[in-house]
Amino acid sequence: MIDQDFIDELLVKHEYLSLVSHEDCLTLSCNRDHWLNFASYLSLEETFDLLVDLTAIDHGEDAEVRFSVVCHYYSRVHHDYIRVHVECASNENPEILSISSVYPSADWHERETFDMFGIRFTNHPNMKRILMWDEYPYFPLRKEFPLAGIDTPLPAPDVVEVTDASVEPAPMMGGPFVSSGSGPMSDSEPRAKDESWTEKSEKPV
Amino acid sequence: MSPTTTKEISIGDVAAREAAGINQMDGEDRMALNVGPSHPTTHGVLRLILELNGDLIEKCEPVLGYLHRGDEKIAENMTYNQFVPYTDRLDYLSPLANNVAYAISVEKLTGLELPERCQAIRVLVCELARISSHLLGMGVFGMDAGAWTPFMYTFTEREKLYTLFEELTGARFTTSYTRIGGVARDIPEGWLDRVSKFCDELPFATDEVEKLLTRNRIFLDRTEGIGQITKEDALAYGLTGPNLRASGIDLDLRKDKPYSGYEKYDFDVPIGTRGDCYDRYLVRIEEVRQSIRIIKQVIADFPSGAWYAEDAKKIFAPPKEKILSSMEELIQNFMIVTEGPQIPSGEVYFEAENPKGALGFYIVSKGGGVPYRMKIRAPSFCNLSILEKLVPGHQLSDITVILGSLDFVMGECDR
Repeated sequence: MIDQDFIDELLVKHEYLSLVSHEDCLTLSCNRDHWLNFASYLSLEETFDLLVDLTAIDHGEDAEVRFSVVCHYYSRVHHDYIRVHVECASNENPEILSISSVYPSADWHERETFDMFGIRFTNHPNMKRILMWDEYPYFPLRKEFPLAGIDTPLPAPDVVEVTDASVEPAPMMGGPFVSSGSGPMSDSEPRAKDESWTEKSEKPV
Repeated sequence: MSPTTTKEISIGDVAAREAAGINQMDGEDRMALNVGPSHPTTHGVLRLILELNGDLIEKCEPVLGYLHRGDEKIAENMTYNQFVPYTDRLDYLSPLANNVAYAISVEKLTGLELPERCQAIRVLVCELARISSHLLGMGVFGMDAGAWTPFMYTFTEREKLYTLFEELTGARFTTSYTRIGGVARDIPEGWLDRVSKFCDELPFATDEVEKLLTRNRIFLDRTEGIGQITKEDALAYGLTGPNLRASGIDLDLRKDKPYSGYEKYDFDVPIGTRGDCYDRYLVRIEEVRQSIRIIKQVIADFPSGAWYAEDAKKIFAPPKEKILSSMEELIQNFMIVTEGPQIPSGEVYFEAENPKGALGFYIVSKGGGVPYRMKIRAPSFCNLSILEKLVPGHQLSDITVILGSLDFVMGECDR
């Protein structure tokens, strides 16, 4: 386990770090300019040689800083994780330095984060989509993207020519039913969270 | 990838063939070969774009996403318990282990302590899931290397396991057994004896598999020294589970960061020395034996008491007979079903040692019954990221063996 001495030392050595309240593992917030430095410090001078996870959070369209990247490192000496939050520079074209030069395992995680959130990792050797196809125009894990999906052209022009098919949104009628949990009983009745397409309203174009 | 064009050239037309550069073998020419997305060796829908020089692979580009269902987006739109069936469909060869990993992650956010009996049930089903997954992994690996018979032995044993799962959960494949704060139901009467009997019989089958594979000349020739992963590479690419341990790194979360009471049981963690395909097979077969050891210890000292957290008022639904007879419990049940278990705000990351590697859930909650963000850290996804580095330098026929030895599941990789 990581003890208080370790945390104190880390915070003194790296002024750009700040402690975030945490319960399960040490959580730090890192200045985006030093985020690559800190990753190489953890890898080379400390024992955090496993980057287990890298992902992002969308704090919503109205948030001051919309996207932040979250990273989990594991140390086989401390038997514990470190979680590092770092905020992305711009809300419209979020960008951050890639750490795949330090941790090769970050390569695919960063591609997935780009694919799902549109956060561009600069200096990444192969910054392209990984789960969706290359021509896909949206970033599905952003909060404004509907659960049902959006009508999108098929990536195979030869198929489209013959069949005129496209990728259609899923019919959400009867989708996951969740109560809002507030207000009068009639309003808090469980209903599908994504109601852009129901019996009453037309399929969105 | 640059667009490819196809052109029909008759085999007899030597001039046309030379113009298209088909017969040139001066080392300058490469052939692009597409393996998958539906090909028996890819065990699902993995696609590899290979660049071949004769029989030698020079470049390998994995293409993922053919099974992408957006599980993380779905999780953000439903209550915690509603997501349990989706975890079955991550690594669909060990759904019980996924159920447990997911339930523990959410429980960690609430700080809920589970009774001993519930923890013991969870350890038991996790180890049964590990046996089931490894039996398939080894059987199919043998088949990939050209040995049909071991597959028959392992699948016979898996069938017995499915019967046990069905008795416990009501389903053979998609078990959805855990709930936040407990499990769906207590173990049936006499079930532990039948698990014991299975554990007594299983070593005969694994011994048969070992007789057929471990010292089999053909199997050895095809797997020894193939797909070698060094310790450094294994760590750098974030490998976990048997693939990491075969490279000689002693990291098993059941020992390193015990959860659900694993610290009470005595077992060994097998590790490999060379990190080749053969070592990965050996590690898996030994892990099956260790799992039997754990199961026997669990059964020998099976705790009595509650099988769900009784103090979890807004999280775990009250017993059925109380729902039907008491107003208080009826309301409680209604709230849990409609609004979801009430989880405090915060963030949590939990990894469980699954058969394929460390399955992690990163959950951000803003309170209420629906997670704000859920990231699933899939071991197969991380394990496959090494392919780009591992495959070049091998021959085309080694692809089947390398993929078989990595033992991945695309349902989990693509999510």
